[in-house]
Amino acid sequence: MNALAIDFTPVWLTLRLALTSTAILLIIGTPVAWWLARTSSFCKLPVESIVALPLVLPPTVLGFYLLIALAPTGPLGRVWHAISGGSLAFSFSGLVIGSVLYSLPFVVQPLQNAFEAIGERPLKVAAMLGAGPVDRFFTVALPLARRGLVTAITLGFAHTVGEFGVVLMIGGNIPGKTQVLSISIYDHVEALEYGRAHVLSAGLLAFSFLVLFVVHLTNRRLQARGL
Amino acid sequence: MSDIDAHLVLRRGEFVLDATFQTPARGITALFGPSGCGKSTLLHCIAGLEPAVRGTLRVNDELWQDSELHVFVPAHRRRVGYVFQDAGMLAHLSVRGNLEYGMRRARRARSGPAFAQTVEWAGIGPLLGRRVQGLSGGERSRVAMACALLTDPVMLLMDEPLAALDARSRAEMLPYLERLHSELSIPVLYVSHAIDEVARLADHLISLEPGRVVACGALREMLTRLDLPFARSDEAAAILDAVVTGYDEQFQLALLAFPGGRLAIPQRRLPAGTAVRVRILARDVSLSLAHHHDTSILNIFPARVLDITEDRPAQAVVRLDAAGAVFLARVTRRSVHSLGLKPDAEIYAQIKSVALLR
Repeated sequence: MNALAIDFTPVWLTLRLALTSTAILLIIGTPVAWWLARTSSFCKLPVESIVALPLVLPPTVLGFYLLIALAPTGPLGRVWHAISGGSLAFSFSGLVIGSVLYSLPFVVQPLQNAFEAIGERPLKVAAMLGAGPVDRFFTVALPLARRGLVTAITLGFAHTVGEFGVVLMIGGNIPGKTQVLSISIYDHVEALEYGRAHVLSAGLLAFSFLVLFVVHLTNRRLQARGL
Repeated sequence: MSDIDAHLVLRRGEFVLDATFQTPARGITALFGPSGCGKSTLLHCIAGLEPAVRGTLRVNDELWQDSELHVFVPAHRRRVGYVFQDAGMLAHLSVRGNLEYGMRRARRARSGPAFAQTVEWAGIGPLLGRRVQGLSGGERSRVAMACALLTDPVMLLMDEPLAALDARSRAEMLPYLERLHSELSIPVLYVSHAIDEVARLADHLISLEPGRVVACGALREMLTRLDLPFARSDEAAAILDAVVTGYDEQFQLALLAFPGGRLAIPQRRLPAGTAVRVRILARDVSLSLAHHHDTSILNIFPARVLDITEDRPAQAVVRLDAAGAVFLARVTRRSVHSLGLKPDAEIYAQIKSVALLR
């Protein structure tokens, strides 16, 4: 076998995982960020701390607890089994849950900062122009938070692409099912297949650079247009 | 019963705003008071932007708020046009985008001509494609005003629309505000801390002190009430409404008539029949018992003393009535005594100078 014949399945799997997780992160993260940006409830600090936990916890700790929760006897695993008849641990769905939790702060924090930066004024202006709360959110808050949204999407996506520890703990390493890019690279290195590890690593490096470059470029464009 | 009837209470930390007032729902009502007395906050409460406010608010028989009945019409359903102090607009939209944002959400779909008319009125046609950040202070105010008008509001709230402008933009804006007054059928609540602005624009006046309403009523009456600070200040003045009756070609004087007599003032020619508003400062009015003809003063007419307050060690303010027109004279206490001035005394008022406000 050619030393550089590479199985690209982990790449597609990683992309699929990152896209799915980012979409779910946006759906969950945006309302959470909006609420955190505007509430003065005493629940704000605890929720902020919980959202930020993945930033400080070793991925293995998060992965360990997730493994317990997702196991067929764990709380999440049991519910999932009752609904779908399948198992969460060592499955793609399990990976999505893990990724969403692990990347949550990377989506919520930039969005929350962006929403906070808007302030009350534009929303009051919009209310005086006849816009109701939902209308204001979609036609004023989201467009004004565009830069935060771009940052949140990129960070959420890139962080999911690059995750390793959590995936290893809850996904195992099942080729074609839960073997993602970072784990595949680890395997190649373990097997001393440095050539293959190089190709995948360099690809990931280039990809990451490109993503960050595009984000910064977009943000600068938006800034130049006063957004 | 087309009135604005408010009893609003707002507690915010140490500051308590407790405002009770009633004002006709027509013309311009000025909310006047020193900085920090709660004028802007009161305007926010009326607009529904202050969820913590308690009390009742009724506008044109419509109940907007009644805390006892748990009625609180949300801000976007009150249909008020609001011009914020900094002429706040939506930064992510162009000037046209801002104008259309409110227009699309108006009660009645506004027609194309309404848009064109308002744009023309505010003189903002050339600005439509611009981003709002690039506008000058005066342009910004005019766009904000047009935005507010295009929402087809039942009432217009303006929070010191001139405060953020330099003297030149301010002079540019005043005519727009005056036209607003003559062309608009909806009531305007206008926050200001500049009494000259109020004298020029307003019909009614709500006078605020920190946290509360001191008095409210018709502008002319409020400015001449001896129990309020306006009449006692150095700038104390009366506002009179007059009509242009002619023009003295030889001496270039505009001739005006008001209920109590005639006035001749140095002015450019104005069309006869024009309604004007003039201001007579209390310190420009002197009193005499006889009608002197050997004087340089042009404007002299008979008046009756209404009341007198000796508010300063050496000075007094006399409130006068000239056939229904009420005005003030700032004189010395000695003069009050030597002329024997007391309520109902008949005297002659000599007006040294008259300012045309509009």
